[in-house]
Amino acid sequence: MFIINCPYCGEREQSEFKAGGEAHIVRPKQPTELSDDEWAEYLFMRKNIKGIQFERWNHSHGCRKWFNMVRDTSNDEIKAVYKMGEKPPIE
Amino acid sequence: MKKKYSIFSLIKNAFSYHENWGKAWKDPTPKKEYEAVIVGGGGHGLATAYYLAKKHNMKNIAVLEKGWIGGGNTGRNTTIIRSNYLWDASAGLYDHALKIWEGLSQELNYNIMFSQRGVMNLAHNLQDVRDLKRRTHANRLNGIDAVYLSTDEVKKFCPIINTSPDIRYPVLGGTLQRRAGTARHDAVAWGYARGADEMGVDIIQNCEVKGIKRNGDTVEGLETTKGFIKTNKIGVAAAGHSSVIANMAGLKLPLESKPLQALVSEPVKPIIDTVVMSNAVHAYVSQSDKGELVIGAGTDDYVSYSQKGSHDIVEGTLNAILELYPIFSRMRMLRQWGGIVDICPDASPIISKTSIKGLYFNCGWGTGGFKATPGSGDLFAHTIANDEPHKLNAAFNINRFVSGDLVDEHGAAAVAH
Repeated sequence: MFIINCPYCGEREQSEFKAGGEAHIVRPKQPTELSDDEWAEYLFMRKNIKGIQFERWNHSHGCRKWFNMVRDTSNDEIKAVYKMGEKPPIE
Repeated sequence: MKKKYSIFSLIKNAFSYHENWGKAWKDPTPKKEYEAVIVGGGGHGLATAYYLAKKHNMKNIAVLEKGWIGGGNTGRNTTIIRSNYLWDASAGLYDHALKIWEGLSQELNYNIMFSQRGVMNLAHNLQDVRDLKRRTHANRLNGIDAVYLSTDEVKKFCPIINTSPDIRYPVLGGTLQRRAGTARHDAVAWGYARGADEMGVDIIQNCEVKGIKRNGDTVEGLETTKGFIKTNKIGVAAAGHSSVIANMAGLKLPLESKPLQALVSEPVKPIIDTVVMSNAVHAYVSQSDKGELVIGAGTDDYVSYSQKGSHDIVEGTLNAILELYPIFSRMRMLRQWGGIVDICPDASPIISKTSIKGLYFNCGWGTGGFKATPGSGDLFAHTIANDEPHKLNAAFNINRFVSGDLVDEHGAAAVAH
């Protein structure tokens, strides 16, 4: 359990939020030309990193806006939050 | 040759105050090379090593464990065993395991305290009723014992359940698998470790894998904290850390690792002699032989390796428990903990070869791996030894995420994921 600093609402309890999985997975530009392997990669394969992970979150019980987060999954420490469309503040 | 455990060895050792029991397994230093190496010394990894040695005559094998054996999810689950899954592939897999459980204490000469006390699943709305009836029929067609119970029959089987129609999620019925039950989770790891060790398997604890050496598309060995180990066959049974090992070999898996929590109460006298699970409200409870209520909570929705979950998940589960069992309202919870479970998009496991020759994965068991331990070990050993899956785990290959032939047990299994 942790406190999340929503970029729109400020600090709120994590139970107000919904995790949306790995961020920056780009939707294929030409879906009709994808092979089965490429579809599997896009739909199912995940980095599932132990360490610094970039992910999407939704403030589902608040402003209902989506945003991105950089979090250390080994200890749940949040490194940064940033709005959708913005560049990650950390490499 | 180890001494067999029996009533006579128990009496004999009583005379020396039980201070002279032999070690159940050795503590060897790793050899330079093995025929096969299993990564992960939990129930699944140890069972795999045991069946490789026993059924496939591979004696020069090692199990590498970064902590102590059975210290991960094997020692953190709620010990429930059942096989009442909806789909044919899952039913085959889990019932294979259940059949091995039934004779496992005798086979291992180790009391795993397997108790077929039955598992009851509750229905709380009309869709639950339809789903559970459908699953009961599917189970019976697959030769798995299952019966559907009315609300009155649920009450009769487990009298402490609140079956009043006034509660928020009233009990409308349930299913019962009588062959299902529980086992002592630590004993399963210890029994398999003792059995494998006796056949010459090296169980190496405090040995973390740091890298996988490849020559093109073939594995050559493992970098570990105890040095390099050469081998041509690596079987990974690393549960929540499967993706971490896969990344070392340059593979990506369709997994997300999430915290799953459980908790136990103070010990009390016998009050519940079965296992009761309820998907819709996510509450399941049984009672250990020590008298503690063993309660399973749900997973968090975010990826984490921290082995602790969110408080609101526990709170939600306890709310549901208290509504179904008002008698527990004054119980105090003694301990709470988390384990990291690796979940596949279709909530079914992977027991499979990979695109890299000699690298095998047994992962994706998600929230329900304990019940499969003996079957999983047996089928994974078959897959590693023959470089081909057994017919029971053929459907659980990694390629199903490319072909689309998923085994979709999400919500269709007896428990919510």
